[in-house]
Amino acid sequence: MKVNLQVWRQEGPEAAGAFKTYEVDKISEEMSFLEMLDILNEQLVNKGEEPIAFDHDCREGICGTCGVMINGQPHGPQLGTATCQLHMRKFDDGATLVVEPWRATGFPLVRDLIVDRSAFDRIIEGGGYISVDTGSAPDANLTPIPKMVADTAFDAAACIGCGACVAACPNGAANLFTAAKISHLNLLPQGQAERWSRTENMVEIMEEYFGSCTNHGECEKACPKSISIDFIAMMNSDYVKAKFKNRRLVAQS
Amino acid sequence: MSLALDSKVPAGPIADKWENHKFNVRLVNPANKRKFRIIIVGSGLAGASAASTLGELGYEVDLFTFHDTPRRAHSIAAQGGINAAKNYHNDGDSVYRLFYDTVKGGDFRSREANVHRLAEVSLNIIDQATAQGVPFAREYGGLLDNRSFGGAQVSRTFYARGATGQQLLLGAYSALMRQVETGKVKLHTRSEMLDIVTKDGRAVGVVVRDLVDGTVSSHSAHAVVLATGGYSNVFYLSTNAMASNVTAAWRAHRRGAAFANPCFTQIHPTCIPASDEFQSKLTLMSESLRNDGRIWVPKNPDETRTAGQIPQEDRDYYLERIYPAFGNLVPRDVASRASKRMVDSGRGVGPLKNGVYLDFASAIDRDGRPAIEDRYSNLFEMYNRITDEDPYSEPMRIYPAPHYTMGGLWVDYNLMTTVPGLYAIGEANFSDHGANRLGASALMQGLADGYFVLPYTIGDYLADYLNTDPVPADDPAFTEVERDVSDRVNGYLSANGTRSVDWFHKELGKIMLDQCGMSRSEPGLQKALSDIPALHEEFRSDIRVLGSGESLNQSLERAQRVDDFFELAQAMCVDALDREESCGGHFREEHQTDEGEALRDDENHSYVSAWEWTGDAGAPELNKESLEFEYVHLTTRSYK
Amino acid sequence: MTATIEKKRAPFPIAFYRSAVGKKWVMALTGIGLILFVVAHMVGNWKIFFPDVDGIPEIDLYAEALRSLLFPLVPEHIVLWILRTGLIAIFLLHIHAAYSLTLMNRRARTERYEGPRTYVAANYASRTMRWSGTIFGFFVLFHLADLTWGAQPAAPATWEHGEVYANFIATFSRAPVTLFYVISMGLLGIHLYHGAWSMFQSLGLNHPRFNAWRKGFAVSLAVFVFVGNAIMPLAVLFGFVA
Repeated sequence: MKVNLQVWRQEGPEAAGAFKTYEVDKISEEMSFLEMLDILNEQLVNKGEEPIAFDHDCREGICGTCGVMINGQPHGPQLGTATCQLHMRKFDDGATLVVEPWRATGFPLVRDLIVDRSAFDRIIEGGGYISVDTGSAPDANLTPIPKMVADTAFDAAACIGCGACVAACPNGAANLFTAAKISHLNLLPQGQAERWSRTENMVEIMEEYFGSCTNHGECEKACPKSISIDFIAMMNSDYVKAKFKNRRLVAQS
Repeated sequence: MSLALDSKVPAGPIADKWENHKFNVRLVNPANKRKFRIIIVGSGLAGASAASTLGELGYEVDLFTFHDTPRRAHSIAAQGGINAAKNYHNDGDSVYRLFYDTVKGGDFRSREANVHRLAEVSLNIIDQATAQGVPFAREYGGLLDNRSFGGAQVSRTFYARGATGQQLLLGAYSALMRQVETGKVKLHTRSEMLDIVTKDGRAVGVVVRDLVDGTVSSHSAHAVVLATGGYSNVFYLSTNAMASNVTAAWRAHRRGAAFANPCFTQIHPTCIPASDEFQSKLTLMSESLRNDGRIWVPKNPDETRTAGQIPQEDRDYYLERIYPAFGNLVPRDVASRASKRMVDSGRGVGPLKNGVYLDFASAIDRDGRPAIEDRYSNLFEMYNRITDEDPYSEPMRIYPAPHYTMGGLWVDYNLMTTVPGLYAIGEANFSDHGANRLGASALMQGLADGYFVLPYTIGDYLADYLNTDPVPADDPAFTEVERDVSDRVNGYLSANGTRSVDWFHKELGKIMLDQCGMSRSEPGLQKALSDIPALHEEFRSDIRVLGSGESLNQSLERAQRVDDFFELAQAMCVDALDREESCGGHFREEHQTDEGEALRDDENHSYVSAWEWTGDAGAPELNKESLEFEYVHLTTRSYK
Repeated sequence: MTATIEKKRAPFPIAFYRSAVGKKWVMALTGIGLILFVVAHMVGNWKIFFPDVDGIPEIDLYAEALRSLLFPLVPEHIVLWILRTGLIAIFLLHIHAAYSLTLMNRRARTERYEGPRTYVAANYASRTMRWSGTIFGFFVLFHLADLTWGAQPAAPATWEHGEVYANFIATFSRAPVTLFYVISMGLLGIHLYHGAWSMFQSLGLNHPRFNAWRKGFAVSLAVFVFVGNAIMPLAVLFGFVA
C-alpha cells in the first residue's frame, strides 16, 4: 500500500517549523506505523536528507516513549493503542496522514516530532511515591488488600507516561496523568500516610505546567491504556479533602 | 591469563556467606556518606533501585540515562513476573530450592554463592515492592497471588497482570524520584555515557554526551556503577527496546573490565514470529502464557488446514510428548530449541511457516473464558493489535527470539568489575544466571543488586577513599577521554558514505542470528569471525550519518552503538568457539546427544570465560574463573 | 516538599481557589446554585399559565410575594435583595472562575495544532462552554433590561413596573424577541448538557453504580430547562396565552 504523509519538521525549539510532504510507497499492511517511518527515514538518508526525529523505544506499547498526533488524534485512530502498536492495516491505501508532535506549553518541542515531557517527572517528584526506605518494609502479606482495590490501583498504575492525555486535552491539562498516579497510591493502604500531602503537592505542581480539566473526556480516549477519567474525579475529591483535613487526626478516620 | 580473577566469595557454609560478608565488609558511617559521589549509569530496575537506595543512605548520586525520563528503561517491558522464595502457597518452596532451581536452570555455569544470595534477598524484594505500592496480583482474600513459571515445580512467581516489569520499575522510579526531590540524586536525562575514565587503574568518572545539544562533558566520582542492561540487540531483531545497547559495558571493557561469557545469550521461546523483512523488533509474549497454553505443531509438514480444523490426532504437542514431567513449562532454552527443531523439520505454522502454535482452547474449556481474560487479557490484546488475530478463537503463533543476555561484565561477589571502583549490576553483569536464565529471575536479579547487594558492598571499596576528593573533571585523564569521544563522534559524521546505520545493523544481525544464535557450529562461527570484521571495516568507511553533532541526531546515536556491537559480536563468536560444549542458551551442534539435547562438558568447561581486551576485537585474551559446585551436584539437566 | 507547602500557605479559601481544581469546585458549586435558580425561576414563571385570582394575574401576585418575602418579619424587599446579592455573587464567581481557567488553559497551549484535530469524546457542548456561557451572559443582561428594569429598547414600550403579566405578553408578542429567547434557552440547554454532567466530575462525585446516571441526569435537566422555558414565550407568540 501507499500513504501520503505530511510530517512536521522543525530543527529545534527556536527554529521555524512546517509540514513537509512525503510519499511512502510499497509498504505492507503488517507494518507498524513506526516501521513505516523507519522506511521513510531510510529513503531520506539515501536521498541525503536528514531523517525525521521521533521518540520511540520498546515498540511494545509499554515504555511510553513514542507518541505523535496522527490526523489530529494522539497515537492515531485506534483507541487504547500506542503509536508503536498501531499498524498500517488501520489506514486505507492512498490515505493522507498528518503527523504532528504533541503540543502543549508544558511539553516544549525538542526537534521534529520530539517533545520534552520532563514536567511529568516534576509532578512525580512532588509525591508520586510512598516513602519507604529500602529495607524498612514489613512482610508483603502483612496487610491484605481486597482484590478489587488492588485491581483498581493497577488500572490507575497502568499509566505509561506518554503524554497523550495532555496532547489530546483541548486545555493542555495533565489531570489524567496526575490523577492516575495519585489514585494508584491513594487507593492502597500503604499510600494512606502521605495521601493528603501527596494529593495537594502533585496537583499544585501539575498546575504550574499544565492547563485545567474541563471534563471533555478526550484524554481517556487518547490514553493507550484507556485509563478512566473516574480517577480524575477521585483526585478532585481527595484534593478538597486534603485542604480540609485536620492532618493531626487523620489516623482516626 | 593476565588478570587475577578473585571472586571474593566469602568462606563458610553457603547459607551463612552473605550474612557473614555483610558483617565483615567495611562500612562508611552515616555522616561520612555524604562525602562520597557515586555515578550510576542506567535507570532500569538495577540503576533506579541502586540510585534510590544509595541516596537514602546519604551518598551523593549522579544518575545518567539516555532516555527522556528514567521510567522508560527497558525493564519496563518485562511481562510475566518476579520470583521469590516466599512459600506463601505452602508448596515446598524455600530459599534453598530457589537457589537450586536457579543453578540447575543456569546449567551449572553460575557462581553458587551469588545465586544463593539472590535467593535470600528475593524475600526482601517482594516486601519492598509491596510497601512501595506495586499492585501485585492478589487473591480474593487480599493476599498475594502466585503463578508458576518455566523451570520450576513450585508457584513462586509474583506478578502484576502482564506488566510486572512496568510496575516494579515504576516502584523503583518513584523511590528514585523521591531522592531526586530531596536532592540526594541528581538526574541527567538524555545524557548518554560514552566512555569510562580511569586513573591509576581505578574508575574515576565518565564522559557523557548530551543528546539534545551534543555537548560532551566529564563527570567524576569516587565510584562508577553501570546498570546498562544487556546486548541482545546485537542480533538486530530481538525483544529488546530499540535503544538498548552494549556501549557502556563495552567501553568499560575496552578500559580494562573483563567481559564474561559473552556467548551466553537467551532466546526466548514465546515471541511473535517475524512477519516480513521490514520488521524492526520482535515482541515477546510472556512466558506465563505457557502455564495455560499448549504448544503444538501439525504432525504433517504439508498440513494445509487451519489450526481449528486439525483434529487432535493430527497434532503434535511436542513439549508434553518429549518432556512429560515439565511439559509446556520446560526452561526457555529447552523450549526454544524444541521449537526450532519443529520449524526446521518443516512443520512450522503461519504464512511463513516460521512459528508454532500456543493454544488456549483447552484452558478456556477448563477454566472458562473470564478466568483466562483475567490472567492474560492485556497480552491477548497486544497479540491482537500486532497480528490482527484473536487468540481466544485461534491459537497464537510464537517463535523464539533473542531476549536476554546472561553474559556481561565480569564481577566479583561485591559486584565490582576487574577495574577497581567500577561496578556492574543487573543484566549488565554476568553473575547469577549461568548459561540460561529462568523466567521471572531477571527482575529479581536487577532489584537484588540495586536494593540489597550493591548498597552494602560498595562501602567496602569507598572506605579506602574517605576524605579524598574525586579526581577533578578537568584532569588530563578526563580531557583525553573527552577528546577520544569527540573524535569518534566526528568520525561518523565525516565518513560521508552511502549506507545508513540501520543497514549495517541489520546485516550484522543476520550474521549473528545465523551463526551465533540458537545453534552454533565451528565452521559457522569461523565464517562469522571473518565476515564481521570485513563488515565493520565497510561500516567505518561507508556509513552515512547526516546532520550535525551539535543537535539531537538519532542516526549518530545509533552509529556509536552499532560500532560497539561489531566488536562485541566478535567477542561472542570467539567465546562460542572456545566453549566446546553445549550448555543452557549456548548450543554447539558438535556437542549434542543423539536426541538433540545439549551435551555439557563439566570436565573441561566448568569455568567462567572472562575475556580481556587486547586492542583486537577478534583476539581477546581468555581468563578463566573456575566454578566449584559444593551444594548443587552437577547432573545432566533433565526435564523429562 | 515542605518548602513548596510553606511557600503556598495562604488563607484556606484563597489557597483553595487559587488552584484550578479549587476553581472547578467553585464552578460546580456555583453551577448548582445557578441551576437551582434557573429551575425555581422557570417553575415560578409557569404561573403565567394559571388563571387570574380576583382579576389579578397570579404571576403578579407571585412577584409581589417575592418582594415581600418574610414581610412583616423583616422589612419588604430585604430578603429578595439578600437572595439577589447571593445570586449575583454566585454568577460573578462562576464567571470569574471560568475566565481565569480559560486564561490558564490558553497559557497551557501556547502553540496550537497546525493540522486538523479529530475529537473522540469532546463534543460540541463541551468545547463551546465558554461561548455558550458568554452569549447567555449577554442574554441575561437583555432579559434584565427587558423585564426587570424596563429599559428601552429592550423592554416593550408599554412596560410598567409590577405589571409582570402585561409586560410578559407585550415583550413576547415581538417575534424577534421570542426567537432570541428561544435560541438563548437552547444555548442554556447546551451549556447545562455539559455542565450538569461535568459538575459531578469536578466535585469528585463518582460511584460505579451511579456513574451511568450522571449523563442521563444532565440530558434530562438540559431538555427540561429548555422546554420548560421555551414554551412560555412561544405560548405568547402563538397566542395560547394572551
